[in-house]
Amino acid sequence: MRNIAPPLSAEVPATLRTERRGNVVRIIAGGDWVTSETARLDHETQNIATSGAGEAEIDGSAITSLDSAGMWLLLRMKYALESNRVRVPRFALPERFAPLLSAVEREGRIEPLVRKRPPQSLQHFLERIGKGTMHALRQGYDMVGFLGRVTVETTEAILEPRRELPFPALVHQIEETGLTALPIVGLLAFLIGVVIAYQGADQLKKIAAGAEIYTINLLGVSILRELGVLITAIIVAGRSGSAFTAQIGTMRVNEEIDAMQTLGLNTTELLVVTRVLGLVIALPFLTLFADIVGVVGGMLMCDLDLGITIPVFIREFKDAVTLNTFLVGMIKAPVFAFIIGIVGCFEGLRVERNAASVGLLTTRAVVEAIFLVIVFDAGFSILFSKLGI
Amino acid sequence: MAAPGNDRKDPIAIRIRGLVNAFGDRIIHDHIDLDVRRGEVLAVVGGSGTGKSVLLRSIVGLNHPRAGSIKVFGQETANIDAEDMRGLQLRWGVLFQDGALFSSQTVTENIQVPLRRWTNMSPKLMDEIAAVKLSLVGLPREAGALMPAELSGGMRKRAGLARALALDPEILFLDEPTSGLDPIAASLFDQLLNDLKKSLGLTVFMVTHDLDSLRDTADRIAVLLNGKVKTGTIAELVRDPDPWIQQYFSGARGRAALNA
Repeated sequence: MRNIAPPLSAEVPATLRTERRGNVVRIIAGGDWVTSETARLDHETQNIATSGAGEAEIDGSAITSLDSAGMWLLLRMKYALESNRVRVPRFALPERFAPLLSAVEREGRIEPLVRKRPPQSLQHFLERIGKGTMHALRQGYDMVGFLGRVTVETTEAILEPRRELPFPALVHQIEETGLTALPIVGLLAFLIGVVIAYQGADQLKKIAAGAEIYTINLLGVSILRELGVLITAIIVAGRSGSAFTAQIGTMRVNEEIDAMQTLGLNTTELLVVTRVLGLVIALPFLTLFADIVGVVGGMLMCDLDLGITIPVFIREFKDAVTLNTFLVGMIKAPVFAFIIGIVGCFEGLRVERNAASVGLLTTRAVVEAIFLVIVFDAGFSILFSKLGI
Repeated sequence: MAAPGNDRKDPIAIRIRGLVNAFGDRIIHDHIDLDVRRGEVLAVVGGSGTGKSVLLRSIVGLNHPRAGSIKVFGQETANIDAEDMRGLQLRWGVLFQDGALFSSQTVTENIQVPLRRWTNMSPKLMDEIAAVKLSLVGLPREAGALMPAELSGGMRKRAGLARALALDPEILFLDEPTSGLDPIAASLFDQLLNDLKKSLGLTVFMVTHDLDSLRDTADRIAVLLNGKVKTGTIAELVRDPDPWIQQYFSGARGRAALNA
């Protein structure tokens, strides 16, 4: 049953015509002057021929329906005539539109909005670079400040016996960020192990026959030292870092954080310390898990593809990697966890009270966390090579 | 079928018959009948949880009733197809409780959202129309450039109203328009509503708690009580024997408002 006209249409199309008598122009409007007709009328009202006229009459007595948009067009026509020194002594409308006329007329003329277009000069370009740089520096400065505060609070929370950690919240965080991440971390680490073993063996075969036994060294060192922890950190940054920003950000939007402050609660301790500490505890375990699963993935690949049986693999593996290789990877885990947690919470606390802000800062938190994790990983590499580990 | 959607002579704008709304076992509306006449301001009152907002949401299609019929301009809204629904949506405007402005857009852009979608206006005309709507709801021109976060509560409601009026609707739905406003701002809002009703010929369906607002703007009042509805003017309802209605109008606040 179609008994409603298509969205927004007038029952009687609006009309506009002019009559000329000497230097008097009669502008006659009729029909429905409503929103759906305004796009057309906008054009027509601006193109009425009034050149040479000294006086104009606007006669809207044939208008059947009028809304505020239509009223505005009629008034605008009158204003335009008047500013062209054409007198408009008569502005006739059916009596029932009088209240609408006075409501729209009250505000008077509306100067067109001037839309500012950004200047495209070199100076403007330099200005933007400068602003961007200052913004980045200020954010870095703020983040260092935040880092300091969280470090102090975390240390106090651990060391000071009278300040009890919210233990259930901490356990909950460990479960959220650690336990539930096991499947995805395990799957990816396993696949990385398989790929490294396969690709590594392919290349090593080219050096000399039998060199594929070094696949085990390649696998052990790359997974334990670098990839295990890096893959885990990147997944956790995407999973938990973003969640931190979104959770804390939403709390900011709801004024929950303001409420906590007025109740005298320490927001850093309640919101940040448990999250960061939970992640610092969870990430090393996740890394250990990723290390094991990654190596197992490589081991299965070796067994299936290269004919290196599992007992042989285990014997060779013992020679290939030392405890240090493993520890070098593991020591990075809590550092990465700290970075991810701090960045996630920091961006969450910077959320403003609008919907776009949460999304924007969540994305930024993930990108910054992954960026910083990789930068720190490079830093660790340099450090360890200087130390000769 | 009779009652075509475009019949502008039908004196009833919204016709509700046997409406049932329930959440789980909890029945909110138990076969409600209610008419909203063209050109009137109907205020819906009732205690918390009596389903005032649910009623509003049912009419505008945000909530699907369990049973019953809701006809707006003679058009049944329950089993309506998307296109007909859109036709109806363009003939009403809704002001949500806190304005529900799109937070990433300025006030002017908020008002222009429906204009941009449903008309072919030039950008310049849209700017002008937005300015007209701002002045209709009593906001200064400069407010158009502000973001919703920069507005006070009262300004947010006015800006939300300007957006609801963007397409010059025939029915205006208001969800607690004066809640959270100071008494002066609230009475200015009531005055604004009366002005708009007169100048734009609006039909208004208003959910409210505000007794002053009832006295100053409402033509008729619908009281939601235990899943049922009672309608009448203030004068009629004051004489109603129901204890809740008695308490509502005869309590200290009620008397103060009605005698003012």
